[in-house]
Amino acid sequence: MTWLTNLPAWARWAGAAALGMLLLTIVQSVSGTELLTEEGTAQAMVRWSIPILLAGLGGLYSERAGIVNIGLEGMMILGTWFGAWGALNWGPWGGLLAGLVGGALGGLLHAIATVSFGVDQIISGVAINILAPGLTRYLSERVFSGEAGGSVSQSPRVDGFDSFTVPGLADGLGTIRDQDIFWISDMAGFARGLVAEMSFFTLFGLLMVPLSGWLLWKTKVGLRLRICGENPIAGESLGVNIYGHKYLGVIISGALSGLAGAFIVLELAGLYRGGQTTGRGFIGLAALVFGNWRAIGVLAGSLLFSYPFGLSLVDFNAESSGEATRAVLLVIAIALVGVAVWAFRANKRNDVILAGLIAAIALIWYLSTDTAASWLPNTMPYALVLIVLFFASQRLRGPRTAGLPYRKGET
Amino acid sequence: MTNPLLRRIGLALAAPVLAAVFALVISALVLELSGSDSIDTFRTIGSNGLKLETFVDTLNRATPLFLAGVAAAIGFRMNLFNIGVEGQYILAGFAAAVVGAELNAYALPGFVHTAAIIGTAMLVGAAWAGLSGLLKVTRGINEVISTIMLNFIATGGIVAALLPKVITDPTAANQGTDEIAERAWLPELNGLLEIVTREIGKGRRLTGVFLIAVIVGVIYHVVVNRTVFGYDLRSSGMNPFAAFAGGVPPKKMVFLAMVLSGLVAGLVGMPEILSENHAYDQGFIQGLGFGGIAIALLGRNSALGMTFAALLFGFLDSSSAVLQVQASASAEIVKIMQATFLLAAVVAYEFVSRIRQRDEVARASVATDVAVDSAAIGGASA
Repeated sequence: MTWLTNLPAWARWAGAAALGMLLLTIVQSVSGTELLTEEGTAQAMVRWSIPILLAGLGGLYSERAGIVNIGLEGMMILGTWFGAWGALNWGPWGGLLAGLVGGALGGLLHAIATVSFGVDQIISGVAINILAPGLTRYLSERVFSGEAGGSVSQSPRVDGFDSFTVPGLADGLGTIRDQDIFWISDMAGFARGLVAEMSFFTLFGLLMVPLSGWLLWKTKVGLRLRICGENPIAGESLGVNIYGHKYLGVIISGALSGLAGAFIVLELAGLYRGGQTTGRGFIGLAALVFGNWRAIGVLAGSLLFSYPFGLSLVDFNAESSGEATRAVLLVIAIALVGVAVWAFRANKRNDVILAGLIAAIALIWYLSTDTAASWLPNTMPYALVLIVLFFASQRLRGPRTAGLPYRKGET
Repeated sequence: MTNPLLRRIGLALAAPVLAAVFALVISALVLELSGSDSIDTFRTIGSNGLKLETFVDTLNRATPLFLAGVAAAIGFRMNLFNIGVEGQYILAGFAAAVVGAELNAYALPGFVHTAAIIGTAMLVGAAWAGLSGLLKVTRGINEVISTIMLNFIATGGIVAALLPKVITDPTAANQGTDEIAERAWLPELNGLLEIVTREIGKGRRLTGVFLIAVIVGVIYHVVVNRTVFGYDLRSSGMNPFAAFAGGVPPKKMVFLAMVLSGLVAGLVGMPEILSENHAYDQGFIQGLGFGGIAIALLGRNSALGMTFAALLFGFLDSSSAVLQVQASASAEIVKIMQATFLLAAVVAYEFVSRIRQRDEVARASVATDVAVDSAAIGGASA
């Protein structure tokens, strides 16, 4: 199977996605729902994945530069407030830029504390996560509460970006979808959801993936930034400005998290509201780990983690609310059986038992209910993260010195 | 400062004092920039602080913060980041409230009822934290990630799923568990305080959990600093390889530290359950877990340091309520003060520890110089 490992990363992920679609199509035909591969589901999934994606990419820059960034969530919170404030004053582009700057300021703070002062990276991140909600609440009380529709915890409504449909491609995919061919039409319909009525901000977020991959792996700056995370002492001996590149990585990290916050405000909520990030920064971190500290992997992770939620948005608005989400349980069960088979071939007895056990629980849950409870989709991403890490954590490898302190001239 | 003892004491005090000054300056700046009178605001906070009722309120707020701080500190001592105190205490508080309400139906002595509630909370907290420990020990999953995920699963999943099932009165304004019978409530400690003070007014009642927090603090101090287990814990935190070489099993220590951390985390919600609401409802206090992490960081994981930190944060929280009423400035300024203080303090600690290290190196080099000199003199005279 060497040809499989020789494929480029995007091709492997695309193959995995196609297999995933096959699984969804099969489950769909068994459990009598049509929402699993519905266009709207795909659309919701992509929309809701962008904050996770941007935060995850933020984490990528920071950890590749050797700085663990737990403060992604806090920087995202800064992004929400600044995004709303910018959008109120200068429209959506102003919101995007202001969110970016607000997050970058949070990143700068993290960089000063961890790089210049050598504060423990987790501690600084936690402190930023405590600072950000307090600061934004204070700022809203000062700025938003005087305006119509605003209050201490909420901004007036803001406008988002326009959306567009990729011409030709969307029609073509629509034609294939209408052919009603098993699997192929489902894939086309799903893919159509990805290219139809896409907001410019969503496109902007998705473009960050190839851009980040190129910047980090194909440019000099990227190489220097990555050596900060792998072996800063070796980099130092080659004359690389380690502190400077660490600063760069962490500030970009903050800027991307800020963008994530601005996206939530502009595209998902239409206003700033206290606590609206709901831990997406942390899921971004999990997507980073899931994606093995690669840009395309982060994309895969954020799509996977936002799928249950995107589905639930469509599902709980539909007539048979909760049916499709219930079907996801069957998907998980089948996927885990796959894991068990793989573990059996790799001779990992414990993994077989555990995967089988969780699969059995998911299956029993599926069989014993008619619809899923509304809390299930909100919990699924987190449980999914744990399950994925549980079976794959030993195959993942992050930057070697991420999290460790580094002082110039000390070995 | 040539006197080494004075210098050491000065350095120990320098960090928190510097951080406090920095935090005050920053908050004053923020206040002035946003058009409030900073002097007036600080005066309001200060004059309020002199009232006995504020003192009681401060103790009430400091109690759960201190407990959460101890829970986080047990992990920190081992270089374990238990970010999950939040989820642990909320899940524990919920379970304790359910068990407490269920036990209403049985004829039990009050203290048994109370003990059952506290025991449930501690066990649930320990189990939830232990799960993270298990994941780390068996699968190498970073506890930061797993505790964060378990936070969300606990609050958004388990509690959200089970709370509707235990609500008996769906028309009540605040949906929650049934109230726990009065026999299980912890007694208020006003009497204890009034021995030395005047009568406490404004309906303020010092929570009985305060005593539990004191006991936990003492046990924490003794166990960490005066027992073999505490020594093992600290040494595996500082250098796991050296500790392993010295016969301390690292995996067992990780698991135990997580379980103990969760055990204490379970107590964090007890003031709500045993002194204030006597039930778990949708208004159950949140955010104490992250507050506890702040307390542990500020107090440098020492029982005494965390006591001061919890009192300070408790006092600031209490001032926030007063500012809200008087409306001279945004109550949110308090949150900014706390967070700036925390950030400034961790930076200052790091700074001071580096000066200490330099002192140490200087002392060591002086000592070796002397040794080398005397050896040279000895060689010359021989």
